[in-house]
Amino acid sequence: MILKFDIPGDDFTRAGEASSAIKNKLKQTGFSPEVVRKVSIAVYEAEINSIIHANGGTITLTADEEAIVAVIADTGKGIPDIEAAMREGFTTACDNIRKLGFGAGMGLPNMRKYTDEFDIQSKVGKGTTVTMKIYNKQE
Amino acid sequence: MNKPIQCVVLDEDICNGCIHCIKCCPTEAIRVKNQKAVITPERCITCGECIRVCPSHAKKALRDPLEIIDGFKYKVALPHPALYAQFNNLEDKTTVLRALLDYGFDEVFEVAAASETVTEMTRRLISEKKAVLPIISSTCPAVIRLIRLRFPNLIKNISPLYAPREVAASTALLAAMNKTLMPREDIGIILIAPCPGQVASVRVPLGFEKSGIDAVIAISDIFPKMPELMKNADITEAIGTQFSIAGRVGASWGSTGGEAKGILSDNCLSADGIENVIKVLSDLEDERFQNLDFIELTACPGGCVGGMLTVENPYIARVKLAKLRKYLPVSGTRLDDIEINTLFRDGEIEYLPAFNLSDNISESIRLMDELDEILKTLPNLDCGCCGSPTCRAFAEDIVRGGEGKCIYSLIKGT
Repeated sequence: MILKFDIPGDDFTRAGEASSAIKNKLKQTGFSPEVVRKVSIAVYEAEINSIIHANGGTITLTADEEAIVAVIADTGKGIPDIEAAMREGFTTACDNIRKLGFGAGMGLPNMRKYTDEFDIQSKVGKGTTVTMKIYNKQE
Repeated sequence: MNKPIQCVVLDEDICNGCIHCIKCCPTEAIRVKNQKAVITPERCITCGECIRVCPSHAKKALRDPLEIIDGFKYKVALPHPALYAQFNNLEDKTTVLRALLDYGFDEVFEVAAASETVTEMTRRLISEKKAVLPIISSTCPAVIRLIRLRFPNLIKNISPLYAPREVAASTALLAAMNKTLMPREDIGIILIAPCPGQVASVRVPLGFEKSGIDAVIAISDIFPKMPELMKNADITEAIGTQFSIAGRVGASWGSTGGEAKGILSDNCLSADGIENVIKVLSDLEDERFQNLDFIELTACPGGCVGGMLTVENPYIARVKLAKLRKYLPVSGTRLDDIEINTLFRDGEIEYLPAFNLSDNISESIRLMDELDEILKTLPNLDCGCCGSPTCRAFAEDIVRGGEGKCIYSLIKGT
């Protein structure tokens, strides 16, 4: 199963549409509620990030009986210091975004927390790609 | 295992096979087949939306007939607080309770009184952190059935307590048996309910073994009998029997926000209307709310006063209830008077994965791919003419082995 979504960069009100659609499909496919919850939260965080920092992007999700892999890619400004960006509370979001309740610096840490494998590749000026894997069988 | 249930009685002779009900069902439980609506029982959450929208009134809300009370030697009425909100110029709910006695009940016990007990116990669970927060109220049967069907991650948040109607039933039964010394079967515990969801929850309980309620009659059925009885009701005598015990906290449970108000916390959320409830549960499941203590959800707009078995416009009913509440004491019941263990439900609520395409994940994935392929060939107008609520639901029905034709494609000749 391969699911593809475009994340619109300019519309906050539509944030969560993709993660919501993914959640519903995975539930119907019989993945356990706990796995679906993790995927849904991790993808939502990635979705929000790409709206705040990169003017949108794409989500490609593949699911089979072994695992679910979500790749969120954008062509935004990129992350200069990934290690710093992974720290809880680290944020480069502007005040306006923070006033809206986003950009608390928990996005990337949460993505790592809720996934079994997490990879982030970024080039300044080129964009960022996050790859997250969640195994179907959880210990 | 709970049996699949329905709260709807469908008159097939009247059903003309239109698409109103299939479009409004929040769990896509209804299809039109051979010009008649067909409900999949295990998907039905007993919200009553299909009854609400049916233009030909082919769907009726399930309940017991008024005559059922004649089958019991000692009849105890459990009026839901929404009943108080149905009447014009009502100043004292004692009048309503007195009228119920005059109607033929031997005893009345307000559901609102039990609501106060449940409220106080819920407050205790929150302050002593003895439940998973936020606690989701267990009162609206449709919400509970929705959660076990679509939001399995939130089952742990459902209140471990019985809904007030069940607490009222056990309290009233105990009092009646002590008073009359009659055997259990001679005593009838009769709920006067605002919605068919409560009827369903009594017949097929979820989260507890057996309901203490013997029959459920409708507010809308007893309503026409009431004005005459209320006009003649002598409440001077009734005051002495002290049966109008519920105060503001309990009476407030009739409409949205009332239940949460009694929790006395700033971190309470109230939502009503099934679509709004689904949005709240979905966001809650994704952990988008923080620091909430309590969540009150009702499937009907306006809360219980919006139930399918009420008469008055829910928003007017709400005003009436607010007026009536004004001169009541804050609370009329005390938790100290009750055995606390009896407030806790004696059963679990289990996930019902009725939407899964197959029991096997690889097979489900294959079917999901097939579904998406079929969906690409459909017009995506969601016209409902095929009998399925959306093109996606139609594609799903096909991969599940159903038969059907896309009417639009037939007309267009594609």
